[in-house]
Amino acid sequence: MSDLFIRTRWWVLTILVFVLITMFTAEFQQAQTTAVLASALRQSTPLIFGALCGVMCERSGVVNIGIEGQMLLSAFVGFMVASSTGSLVAGVLAGMATGALMGAGLAGLSVTLLGDQIIAGTVLNIAAFGISSYFFQQGRTLPSGKTPQVSLGPLADLPVVGRVFFINRPLTYISLILIWVVWFILFRTRWGLWTRSVGEVPSAAETVGISVARVRYTNLIAGGCLAGLGGAYLSLEAVGSFERMMTNGRGFVALAVMIFGRWNPIGIWGAALLFGYASAVQTQLQFRGWLADDPQFIGMIPYVVCIVVLAGFVGRARPPAAIGQPYSRE
Amino acid sequence: MRWLKPVAVPLIAVGLALGIGAIILALSGANPIEAYSALIDGSLSSQKTIGRTLEKATPLIMGGLAVAFAFRAGLFNIGGQGQLVIGGIFAAAVGFGFEGLPWIIHAPLALAVGALAGAAWGSIAGVLKATRGAHEVITTIMLNFVALNLTDWLASNPWKDEGILSRTPAVEESAVIPQWGALPTGFLVAVAASIGCWYLLERTTLGFEIRSVGLNGDAARYAGISVKRIVVATMAISGFLAGAGGAIETQGVIGRYEPGFNAGLGFNGITIALLARNNPIGVIPAALLIGAMEAGGSMMQFNADVSPEITDIIEALMLLFVATPIVVRWFFSRQDVAEVSITSGWGSS
Amino acid sequence: MSVAAPPALEVLGVTKRFGDVLANEDVDFRVERGRVHALLGENGAGKSTLVNIIFGLYRADSGEVRRNGEVVHLNGPRDAIDSRIGMVHQHFQLVPVLTVAENVVLGNEPTRRGVVDLDEAASVVRALAERFGLEIDPWARVEDLPIGLQQRVEILRALFREVDILILDEPTAVLTPQETTHLLGVLRGLADTGVAVVFITHKLREVMAVADDITVMRRGKVVGSAVPAETDEASLASMMVGRSVELSLERTPASPGDKVLTIVDLVVNDDRRSQSLNGINLDVRAGEVVGVAGVEGNGQRELVEAITGLRGVVSGSITLEGVEIAGMSPRQISTMGVSHIPEDREKFGLIGAHTVADNMVLNRYHQPPYSRHGIRSPGAVEDNAERLVAEFDVRPSNIGAMVATLSGGNKQKVVAAREFSHEAKVMVAAQPTRGIDIGNIEFIHRRLIEYRDAGMAILLVSAELDEVLGLADRVAVIYGGQIVAIESADGIDRDRVGRLMLSGTDN
Repeated sequence: MSDLFIRTRWWVLTILVFVLITMFTAEFQQAQTTAVLASALRQSTPLIFGALCGVMCERSGVVNIGIEGQMLLSAFVGFMVASSTGSLVAGVLAGMATGALMGAGLAGLSVTLLGDQIIAGTVLNIAAFGISSYFFQQGRTLPSGKTPQVSLGPLADLPVVGRVFFINRPLTYISLILIWVVWFILFRTRWGLWTRSVGEVPSAAETVGISVARVRYTNLIAGGCLAGLGGAYLSLEAVGSFERMMTNGRGFVALAVMIFGRWNPIGIWGAALLFGYASAVQTQLQFRGWLADDPQFIGMIPYVVCIVVLAGFVGRARPPAAIGQPYSRE
Repeated sequence: MRWLKPVAVPLIAVGLALGIGAIILALSGANPIEAYSALIDGSLSSQKTIGRTLEKATPLIMGGLAVAFAFRAGLFNIGGQGQLVIGGIFAAAVGFGFEGLPWIIHAPLALAVGALAGAAWGSIAGVLKATRGAHEVITTIMLNFVALNLTDWLASNPWKDEGILSRTPAVEESAVIPQWGALPTGFLVAVAASIGCWYLLERTTLGFEIRSVGLNGDAARYAGISVKRIVVATMAISGFLAGAGGAIETQGVIGRYEPGFNAGLGFNGITIALLARNNPIGVIPAALLIGAMEAGGSMMQFNADVSPEITDIIEALMLLFVATPIVVRWFFSRQDVAEVSITSGWGSS
Repeated sequence: MSVAAPPALEVLGVTKRFGDVLANEDVDFRVERGRVHALLGENGAGKSTLVNIIFGLYRADSGEVRRNGEVVHLNGPRDAIDSRIGMVHQHFQLVPVLTVAENVVLGNEPTRRGVVDLDEAASVVRALAERFGLEIDPWARVEDLPIGLQQRVEILRALFREVDILILDEPTAVLTPQETTHLLGVLRGLADTGVAVVFITHKLREVMAVADDITVMRRGKVVGSAVPAETDEASLASMMVGRSVELSLERTPASPGDKVLTIVDLVVNDDRRSQSLNGINLDVRAGEVVGVAGVEGNGQRELVEAITGLRGVVSGSITLEGVEIAGMSPRQISTMGVSHIPEDREKFGLIGAHTVADNMVLNRYHQPPYSRHGIRSPGAVEDNAERLVAEFDVRPSNIGAMVATLSGGNKQKVVAAREFSHEAKVMVAAQPTRGIDIGNIEFIHRRLIEYRDAGMAILLVSAELDEVLGLADRVAVIYGGQIVAIESADGIDRDRVGRLMLSGTDN
């Protein structure tokens, strides 16, 4: 019993803080609570996409520091395509393709050319920043508007939960489904077993006939699609336009979310909600006029939370053993 | 041909990046030759533009040194940006906060305080890594965002200038780092810092410890080196270099701290460090190259109507090619290649 | 009337080069079904390279591999598995965080509607284990198993794929004599079912006991073949080394002095924070070698790391000439006179990208004359290196060369030269001859005895029981984090030590 508490104490504490803050900020008003929670879910969505990308890559043994760049460039390309074709679906697909292409690029650098994975990811980030800034044109809009809200009939009428979970836009629903899809793939399917083996002991996987390169390429490209969805979410669903550097560090926060979630999609969901919540509270504070003269301190909150979480959790969770090491047979 | 070996990879990377940059320029409807000659025009054509290049290169040398130095201990400091703005604003605070000090005291004092502030900021990531195992790549990035918010707050509250802009007052005349004709004194400080770093790494026991930790942390621990101490010390020195870069920018170029202070320096620092193959002396030419591109960027926009962000793309391409082992492998034997993998995964601490 | 069936496996004219090193040169090798074929050779003779080529992990520069007379192209382990070749690797190729069943079926998983069927996998493993006498719990995590059982997982994995040819790379290096006997029995049984077994080793005793055919390799070439009935250990040894060798070291009895190192009730945790040493009591006197025998993973590593300061101590004491050293830093302990040859020289003992000279002062670089007031003195570092390179016959003798470019034996000589040069009171030597050739093994063994005779207290930890029995004056058996027996090496019963290593008791 006490052992169980020691193992889960961080989660217990986190949830406690979570509940207390909700009660405090909402002052028991349902409308307020709903608004904060809905905002938390919205803020968590890009983190979920980013962290799921991270978990696909890292479970196969590749550090992806380039999620930020993948999301940024996907947001840009998705927006440009949706803006010129008028089709949001085309925009989302273009975003996914961009992320996938960058994932393939990362795989090329780190798997085929055996480059340093962190530097390869940094290349993605810098390239995404440069390309999106260079080709960015002010004043473009989405002819179709943002992605539409979809309400899931009777479920949406449930108190609190209905407003929060069942009246959302399409990519938000997709993110919630993908959490379970990625979990199922990683922990139930043959591909997941292969992925985890490659991420732990690539040479062991290779000796039973699993191609390390194939697993890593596939996972990096699939992860790229997920990051691409995260980018498309930002420009096509959350904001409805593209801004320079609009990811604003979310790709890096997503990595912290992934570590905090212990490389497990379900843990990632919890961690993403926590981070989303930190951002939602930040918005709430601004609305209430607290710290109105010093918005910079509110602006720091997500990053400080991220540092605290990293300092508190890394070392407790065990990352895939082969992470960061290029693998070659000879 | 022996002398060519260390510079071959960077030269090829630069050549390839400029070539592909030309293709991108052509594809986006610009004339690459016009654009590149405008770039040269704006950076190397006159005493004034050369001075501007040196001025741009100065913080780049410091940023590149910060990254290269940390790399030698196996640490990836992406936080140069944050350490730089912290250094910049603290130097500004000393610069405008004291009146009547003689130049010989005031300018070095402001520079030292800026550098030490950067060192303190950098060592946060070092301490988190050494004691908690938090990976420096993420903590330094997060600390960049925190630093930007913090300096923004400082510049709009306690250290705010009169007027509506969020910036500090101009530093006192006695805190300004002067020009020697076209030659900024700050550039000389940066060159001295490069030489100092080289000496520290290659000739001192601390440098031996830093290099040992970077090459094989387990063996370093076996040899009695306190890896945690080295991690903290290295991040502090790295932050010191970046903070000094910020101070020079404040005292020698801008004259105060203001928003938008040298954005993007952290990433340039990575490119420069890798172009220099993490050699402190090599950082100087690498920073001059990037500095020339920055200095010439506005001329490119003016003369050839090309968005200066193309230089970001070219820099990303340089980083790509210089970090790609296959390029290295054309020129080096296997054993040299073994050094290329510099960073490590989350598990190491 | 019929021609004899072609051999199960035939290797013809295989050559493989790594950089400047010729690992295999024009190798011919044939294996018949239903026979145990021993591939004998020193470390670095090219045995592992050859079997890695057969298993498709390396690609030969020239030559061919035939299965049942037909040329096969093995571009990866998948191809080898498809032509029913299985391999038990020297460094186990297992995923520690997965279960036994998952490791066995990995790559050929039974699935039901896209989901891996773990129950099915477990029952397959159980059936296989029963059939071949290799009992194991299919649901256990591999990382929780002792090393002998981990090897079973490797063997079961090959058997699961119904191999015709089973290659085992140094399978007995980590086993006790009893486990070895059991394994050899399993291999004999497999051969009787028609499987061709290739058994790599450098231990002559095992070759004579189990092999039907013997092939000997030296420096990348096949230098001879034999059958056990027509040869003996001495002639195999000289074939293997290329000159006649002393099979056992001649040495004088020790004359132990005072207790130098004393360990009392030592408790230490492992990396996963569970207790791995449960109250160790041990002492080493000046002028004697105490050998620690045990199956790997019974606390040897933690013992060595605790003595040298690399690992924290939970409770108990370690004293050096009466001074408590438990809890001191590695540097303090080293300065007080404890030298350490670490078991993993590449990981701990050396910095590959530093020069030979810098590695020779790796734990003295900060002291005069190698450095003064924080500034290094390259001249003194080089003088020291020149002297030690000559004394320990390190080749090549270029002190400016990167250590990474040296051979395994010469790397170990660099470590040994450095550690012996400190004139320490205690030498902790962990696996001092692992993975190096016989010439260098002899060299290091002779040095250990010389320094013992000069009064050094030596704690030898080795997974090679023969090494412990050959060098130690007293033998301590470690099992489950405790010393279960300690006695004089004179007339010690090898089988009894083996039983103690395996179960902690001798019955």
